[in-house]
Amino acid sequence: MMDIRTTALLAGDASGQLLSLSADISFWGGVDPCSGRIIDTRHPQYGQCMAGKILVMNRSIGSSSGSSVLLELFQRKLAPAGIILAEPDFIIVLGAVVAREMGYGDIPVIQLNPEHFDGLPECLEISRSGSLKAVHKQ
Amino acid sequence: MQLSDSEQAMLDGQAGVATAMAMRIITEMGRVSGAEKMIPVSSAHIDSCLFHGASGVEFAERLVAEKGRVCVPSSLNVGALDLLHPEKIRLPDPQRGLARRLMNAYVALGCIPSWTCAPYQAGFRPKCGQDIAWAESNAVVFANSVLGARTNRYGDFMDICCALTGRAPYTGLHIAANRFATVEVDTGQLSNALKRSDAFYAVLGTWLGSTVGSDIAVITGLPGDVSEDRLKALGASAASSGGVALFHVAGVTPEAPSLEAALNHRPPQQRFCLTTGDLVSVRDRMSTTDRDQLDVIAVGSPHFSLDEFQRLLALLDGRKCAVPIYACTGRHVLHQLESHGLLGTLSSAGVELIVDTCVVVTDVFPKTSGVMMTNSGKFAHYSLSLTGHEVVFGSLEDCANSAVTGRVVRDEQSWR
Repeated sequence: MMDIRTTALLAGDASGQLLSLSADISFWGGVDPCSGRIIDTRHPQYGQCMAGKILVMNRSIGSSSGSSVLLELFQRKLAPAGIILAEPDFIIVLGAVVAREMGYGDIPVIQLNPEHFDGLPECLEISRSGSLKAVHKQ
Repeated sequence: MQLSDSEQAMLDGQAGVATAMAMRIITEMGRVSGAEKMIPVSSAHIDSCLFHGASGVEFAERLVAEKGRVCVPSSLNVGALDLLHPEKIRLPDPQRGLARRLMNAYVALGCIPSWTCAPYQAGFRPKCGQDIAWAESNAVVFANSVLGARTNRYGDFMDICCALTGRAPYTGLHIAANRFATVEVDTGQLSNALKRSDAFYAVLGTWLGSTVGSDIAVITGLPGDVSEDRLKALGASAASSGGVALFHVAGVTPEAPSLEAALNHRPPQQRFCLTTGDLVSVRDRMSTTDRDQLDVIAVGSPHFSLDEFQRLLALLDGRKCAVPIYACTGRHVLHQLESHGLLGTLSSAGVELIVDTCVVVTDVFPKTSGVMMTNSGKFAHYSLSLTGHEVVFGSLEDCANSAVTGRVVRDEQSWR
């Protein structure tokens, strides 16, 4: 168990490989809803796929359609396994809340001070209480 | 969160299943944002009518099946189809059919078929201080900044849930104390010639979004008579390159009678003094290619106003375009163009109107790759990933001149 204080914005448990975004992203226009890949060619993680990963990012930027793109990822079973945000980003949280309402899936969204981002392990488990644990690569 | 009796009744299903579902979603969002209560909103602008996949259709049709009905005036953002000129949109089936079902569903929920991302220029103008629930990032920033109405940067789904309940969580920019600037941006060193160029406002917005993220800035040194279309361009760019939901312009926007008032008489946490060099480097990054052979020109993000069409026609000055200019707009402007007798002039000049939608949200361009020139910071931001077209950014004048020659023509004068 890592001793890091997190806030569970949406409680849930998940584990997966980390995908850490080094720049902010707009889900709409930045993420392909049909594949989960980052399609913004100017983004440092261009080409990476977020399906099944623990997505770590500061916040989303840009379009309010981001919630729709996230919901579509859920319906296609391409959503991240969990999301760690530096800020309580409502466009991201909303996509996850509506996915629960529609019965598409249930992932944790937690808030974490970004000074801890660099120290996160490659594979991570998030518990319902929002605690983080390093796990071995799956 | 404390709910009123009528809000609790909505949550309990007394206003129907659709309203209860909407209330559950906004209550959950209110909890996440730490809101203590809900507040009434006087209008909504709905972005959820734009097709992104089957999930959005399923959501909207569930609300329709459960007899959902909006309870405040709710304008609709662009959809993925031009309902007036369906042949102009190349979106194939099954997406095309789904996009149409989605647009129909939102009309069935009682929303107004305005189909524009510039509702504030289509007669939907909330008053200063009014609480509203708007989505579409450029509409949000315009409503907050230029009109002084109060909305958070609502995402898809939240917009319709607020419209169905007439409520929003009391948080963020609904709270007056959260609307003051913490960042000061001084444009005093920039030349007046630069500030007279329309491209400057899209570039300033792109700089703002990528520099302040979602913080609130107050900009000083802009002309007191800066037009609404220029503030529209500034806001749209800032909301695409960052998460900007509100900016102030000292002496211009309603919550900034002065620099000090916008800052709530506190010193700014950050202060920037812009140089021409800062902006030139941002402007250069807005283009993704050095190629100068153009395939298309696109304008109208946010949707072009009548004034902008008149400027475009004046700049073309009777010349015909060698590459087509796709001009995106709403039907409110189409009607104005019609009554001014300008439709024929635009068409014979080579300007192709795209109504109810725009070139980056659906398939319009004849090819799936190429080079597009635009004066829109928002198109510049999204074009490559959404249309496959490389971007050349320029002023409206540059776009008009380039359309005529088919190659990039730029006036660099004011950027020196």
